[in-house]
Amino acid sequence: MTTQTRGAVAFEQVRKDFGAFTAIPDLTLRIEPGELVTLLGPSGCGKTTTLRMLAGLETPTAGRILIGGEDVTRLPANRRDVSMVFQSYALFPHMSVAQNVAYGLESGGMKGGAVRDAVETGLDLVGLGGMGARLPSELSGGQQQRVAVARALVLEPQVLLLDEPLSNLDARLRRRVRTEIRELQQRLGFTAVYVTHDQEEALAVSDRIVVMQNGRIAQQGPPRELYEQPASDFIADFIGESNVVPCTVEGLSEGAATVRVGGLVQQVPARHAVLGPARLSVRANAITVQTGQGPFMGRIATSAYLGDHLEYEIETAIGPLFAVDAEGDAPLSPGTPVTLSFRPRGLALIA
Amino acid sequence: MMRDNRRLNFLLLAASISFLLVPWYRLRGGFFGLGWVGDYLGDDRIWPGVAQLGQWWLWPVPALVLLAAGLRLTLPPSRRGGWLAVIGAAGIVWMMTQGLSVGLRGWNWGALEALGEVGGQQAFGAGAIFMLLCFAAMIAFGLAERGALKGDAFVLSAITLLILLVALFVFYPLVSMFTGAFQDFDGSFTAEGVARNIGDPNIWSLGCLTGSGGCGVAWRTFFLAICTATGTTLLGLAFALVATRMRLPFKKGLRLLTVLPIITPPFVIGLALTLMLGRAGFVTEFIEDITGWELGRWLYGLTGIWIAQMLSFTPIAFLVLIGVVEGVSPSMEEASQTMRASRWRTFRKVSLPLMAPGIANAFLIGFIESMADFGNPLVLGGNGGVLSTEIFFAVVGAQHDPSRAAVLATVLLGFTLSAFLAQRLWLGRRNFATVSGKGDGGRHAALPRRVAGPVACIAFLWAGFTVFVYGMILFGGFVKTWGLDHSLTLAHYARAFSVGFDRGFVWTGVAWNSFWTTMTIAMIAAPLTAIVGLLTAWLIVRQRFPGRGIFEFALMMSFAIPGTVIGISYIMAFNLPPVQMTGTALILVFCFVFRNMPVGVRGGVAAMAQLDGSLDEASLTLGASSPRTLRKIILPLLRPAILAALVYSFVRAITSISAVIFLVSAKYNMATAYIVGLVENGEYGVAIAYSSVLIVVMISIIGTFQLLVGERRLRAPVQPAPRINCQETPA
Ligand SMILES: Nc1ncnc2c1ncn2[C@@H]1O[C@H](COP(=O)(O)OP(=O)(O)O)[C@@H](O)[C@H]1O
Ligand SMILES: [Mg+2]
Repeated sequence: MTTQTRGAVAFEQVRKDFGAFTAIPDLTLRIEPGELVTLLGPSGCGKTTTLRMLAGLETPTAGRILIGGEDVTRLPANRRDVSMVFQSYALFPHMSVAQNVAYGLESGGMKGGAVRDAVETGLDLVGLGGMGARLPSELSGGQQQRVAVARALVLEPQVLLLDEPLSNLDARLRRRVRTEIRELQQRLGFTAVYVTHDQEEALAVSDRIVVMQNGRIAQQGPPRELYEQPASDFIADFIGESNVVPCTVEGLSEGAATVRVGGLVQQVPARHAVLGPARLSVRANAITVQTGQGPFMGRIATSAYLGDHLEYEIETAIGPLFAVDAEGDAPLSPGTPVTLSFRPRGLALIA
Repeated sequence: MMRDNRRLNFLLLAASISFLLVPWYRLRGGFFGLGWVGDYLGDDRIWPGVAQLGQWWLWPVPALVLLAAGLRLTLPPSRRGGWLAVIGAAGIVWMMTQGLSVGLRGWNWGALEALGEVGGQQAFGAGAIFMLLCFAAMIAFGLAERGALKGDAFVLSAITLLILLVALFVFYPLVSMFTGAFQDFDGSFTAEGVARNIGDPNIWSLGCLTGSGGCGVAWRTFFLAICTATGTTLLGLAFALVATRMRLPFKKGLRLLTVLPIITPPFVIGLALTLMLGRAGFVTEFIEDITGWELGRWLYGLTGIWIAQMLSFTPIAFLVLIGVVEGVSPSMEEASQTMRASRWRTFRKVSLPLMAPGIANAFLIGFIESMADFGNPLVLGGNGGVLSTEIFFAVVGAQHDPSRAAVLATVLLGFTLSAFLAQRLWLGRRNFATVSGKGDGGRHAALPRRVAGPVACIAFLWAGFTVFVYGMILFGGFVKTWGLDHSLTLAHYARAFSVGFDRGFVWTGVAWNSFWTTMTIAMIAAPLTAIVGLLTAWLIVRQRFPGRGIFEFALMMSFAIPGTVIGISYIMAFNLPPVQMTGTALILVFCFVFRNMPVGVRGGVAAMAQLDGSLDEASLTLGASSPRTLRKIILPLLRPAILAALVYSFVRAITSISAVIFLVSAKYNMATAYIVGLVENGEYGVAIAYSSVLIVVMISIIGTFQLLVGERRLRAPVQPAPRINCQETPA
C-alpha cells in the first residue's frame, strides 16, 4: 500500500441480499483518501448496510470491497483497518471512559504506558481530558458521543465510519458537534464515511454527498452541485425542500434558459435543457408571498407561525406549493388570495 | 493466510499425537489417573491407534488425516477449505459407524457378519476421543477458510463442538433408549418386549372412568400432572400478585419463603408429609383421637403426591409468574383506566390477557415437573406409582425388564414433548412484547377488591402451611423417633456427620462419603453448565448460522425431557462401547451439564437480548477477536445471568434425584440417592438430618457465589462519586 492509496475506499459492484430481499442491488463507489463522504437518504434506503459492509459487520452477497487498495471483502471486522462510531455510541457500560478508549489499542497488542499516553491524547483531542475515570453513564449525551469518536480515532484507522452519529443529540448540540467532527477530520486528514438522513447535516460537513434511494446511488457530488443542480424530483425534494413543478422552456441563450412557469417568465441556468416542457425545482424559501394582484395567483391553504419564519401551503394552478416566508411577520389566514413570485437563485431545471 | 496455515498445522499435529501416542481404547483404570504410563509398552490394550491397525476398520482414520495434510501442502486456504470440512465430516461419520458396528465381541449387528469375521474392540479411549475432536475442528477450520460466518474459526469451532456434544449427550441416548426397547438381553432384535408392554392394561387402562377397576399408570400420571400444573399455576399467580400488586406486611418474607423449596431435596417434603399425615403421623393420630375416624393410609397415592408436588413446585411457578406480572407495562393498565375501565375490567381485559403466555409457560413447567418428579412419588406413592417410579422399578426391581423401562420412558417422553409442542403451537404469535424498552414510568394498577381478598387469603394460608412443613423438617432431625418419641437428641447428626481422631483425622459419619462426592461433582458441573449454556445462548442470539432455529428449538425441547428418561437413556447408551462411562463420575457430570443446560441457555438468551448488539460490533470494529469480545464485553455484562446459571446448576446437581439414581455407583454415590436409601431403610431421623445439612450448605454456597461473581457496576453509586477524592489519592 502506498501513501496514495492509504485511506482510499472502493465498492465494486457490491450486492447485498437479506434472504429474498435485496437491500443493495449493485453499488459501485470510490472514495478518495482524506475525503469526507456522506451517505444521505431516507430511512431504509441502505445507508447503514453499506457502512456495515465496509466495517466488515455484513458480508456482501457479491462484489468486492477495497480499503487502501487491498481487497478486504472476506476480512473479518476485527482485522480491518477501519473504526466506527455507532448511532447508539455502544460505549461499554462496565468500563470507564479511559478503559473504553484503551480497549481497541489493547486489542491490537499495545501495552502499558503507550496505551495511557494514547488514551490521554485521544481524550484531549475531543476535549474530554481528565474525564477518563468516569463511567459512560456519568457523562452527558454529547460527552458520550465524543468518547465514541475518541475511541475510534485513537486507533488511527485508514477510514472512520460514522452511522448517524448525532441523531441522539439535541438540535443545538448537533450543530456544534458536527463542526467539531469536520474540523478534526480536516486537521488529521483521515478518510471518513458519514451516514445521515439529515440533508442540512450532510451539506454542512461533506466534501461529497452520495444520495441513496432504494439501495442505489441517486446522485453524487459536492454539496453545492447537489443543491443547485438536482438530477431528479427525488433529489430536489430531499436536498432542499423544493417544489417540483411543470414548466415550459421557451428560449435558450448563452447558458441561460427562459422558462414559463405558472404566469411567470424566469431566467434559469440552462444545464442540458431543450425547448419544450420540462420540470423545475422551486425552493420553498425562494417563493415570495404577497397580498394583492399579480400574474401568478394562489390561495393560502394552511399557514404556520414558527418564530423567525412563516410556512404556507398554497393552492395554485400548477399544483400545491410549499413556501417559507422569512420576511412577513404576521401569518396570512387560510383562504386569502395571494400573488406569488420566484427569486431566481432558488430555481433549477431538473436534468 | 498465515494464520490459517498455522492453525491447520497445529490441528494436524494434534491429530498425529492422538493417533501415534495416546492410548486409543478405553482404559479400565481411567486415563487421567496416568496409572497406565508405567505399563505403556507392555500391554497392547494401552497402545495407541497406530499399533491397533491390525483392525482394518481403523485404516480410514489415518488415511483421512494424511489426505488433510496433503491438502495443506498443495492448496491455498480458499481452495482447500471445502475439502477439509468434508474430510472432517467423513472422519466423524466413519469413527461413529465403526464404533457402533464393532462391539466388544465382534459385530454388533447380525447383518454385518457377511463382511467377514472380526475380533471385538473396546470403547473409545482418550486417543479416539481426541481424534474425534480433531475431526470436528477440521470441519470448523475448513468452513472458516471458505469464509463461512465471516471466517470466524472460533465461532465455527464452538458451533461444531456444541452440535457434537448435544448429539452425543442428548440425541444418542434417546435413540439408544428407543432401540433398547427392541433388544433382547443379548442385544439381538426382538419386538416381543414392546408388544407385551405397549398394550399392557396396567399402563393404558381407562377403567377408572368406566368404573371397572383402576386406571393405567400412564393416565394416572397424566391426570396428576394436570392437577399439579393447574394448582401450582393458580397458587404461583396468587403469590406473584400479592408480591407485586399489594401493599402488605411480610412481603419480603414471602419472597424468601418461596425460594426455600427450590433448595430442598425433592423427597424431603414427601417425607415430612409422611411423618405428619401418614398412617402413624402425629396429625393423623391427633385427628383420629379427637374424632374417632379411621384415616389410615389416605395420604398414600395420588392425593399425597399431589400435595407434596404442590409444595415443591409452587415456588417455581411463582418465580416464573412474578416476572410475567411485573412485565405487564403499567402504561397499558393506566391507558385502560383512562378509558373508563374499572379495576376489575382492567384486570380481566388487559392485565390477564397480557399475562396469558406467561401463565401458559408456568403451566407447562408445572406439568413437566410433575411428570418428571421422582422423589415425592417414591416416598408417597404407596402401591400405585407413577411413570417415573414404574420405570425405576422396571430397571432395578425384581422384574428387571429394560424393554419395559424403555417403553414406559418413551410414553413419559411422549407426554412431556406433546405438552411442550402444544404450548408452542398455542403460543404462536401470542407472545406480545409487553416490556416496551422505552422507560415507561407509571404504577401498576391495584388489584380489584374481589381478587385481592381471596388471593391474599390463599397466599398466606399456603405460606403458613409451608412454614409449618419446614419447621417439621428441621425439628425432625433433632428428635429421637419422630411421632413416637420426641425427646431431643443429636444422635442423627452424629451418625451422619461425626468425625473422629483415631490415629489421625477420620470422617466417621455415614454421610461424608456421598456428601463430598456430591459437592465435588456439583462444583465441577456448575461452571461447565454455565459455560456451555451461555456460550450456546451467545451463539443463538448473536450469530446467524444456517440451522440456528432448529438448533435452538432442539435445545429448548430438551428442557422437556424428564430426568428419569435421561437416567435410563444414559445407562442404555453409555454402558457399552463405543462410548462407555457408566459407573464413573464423568457420566454424572455430563448428565448434570446437559440436563441443566437449557435453563442456562434460556437465562442467557434473555439476558443477551437486553444487551445492545452494537456493543459486540463496536468491540469487533475496535480490533478485538470474538473470544476477546466474549471475555471482555459480554461476560462482564452478563454477570447476573452467570450467577443465576451457576446457582441453578449447582443447586440442581445437589438436589436432583430422578436421573441420578440410575447413574450412581458404589464408588460415586450422590447425597440424594443415599438419602433415598436411608428412607427405604426407615432411617428417617438420619435422612432428615442429612437433608437439613444440605439445605444449609446450599444457602451458604449460594451466598458465596453471589460474592464471587459480584455486582455489575454500570452506574455510579447513588451518592455522586466524590471526584476530588479520586484525584487526591496518589495513583
Ligand atoms: N439484518 C437484516 N435482515 C433483513 N433485512 C435487513 C437487515 N438489515 C437491514 N435490512 C433491510 O435493508 C434495508 C436497508 O436497511 P438500512 O441499511 O438499515 O437502512 P438505513 O438507510 O435506514 O440505514 C431496509 O429495508 C432494512 O429493512
Ligand atoms: Mg440506519
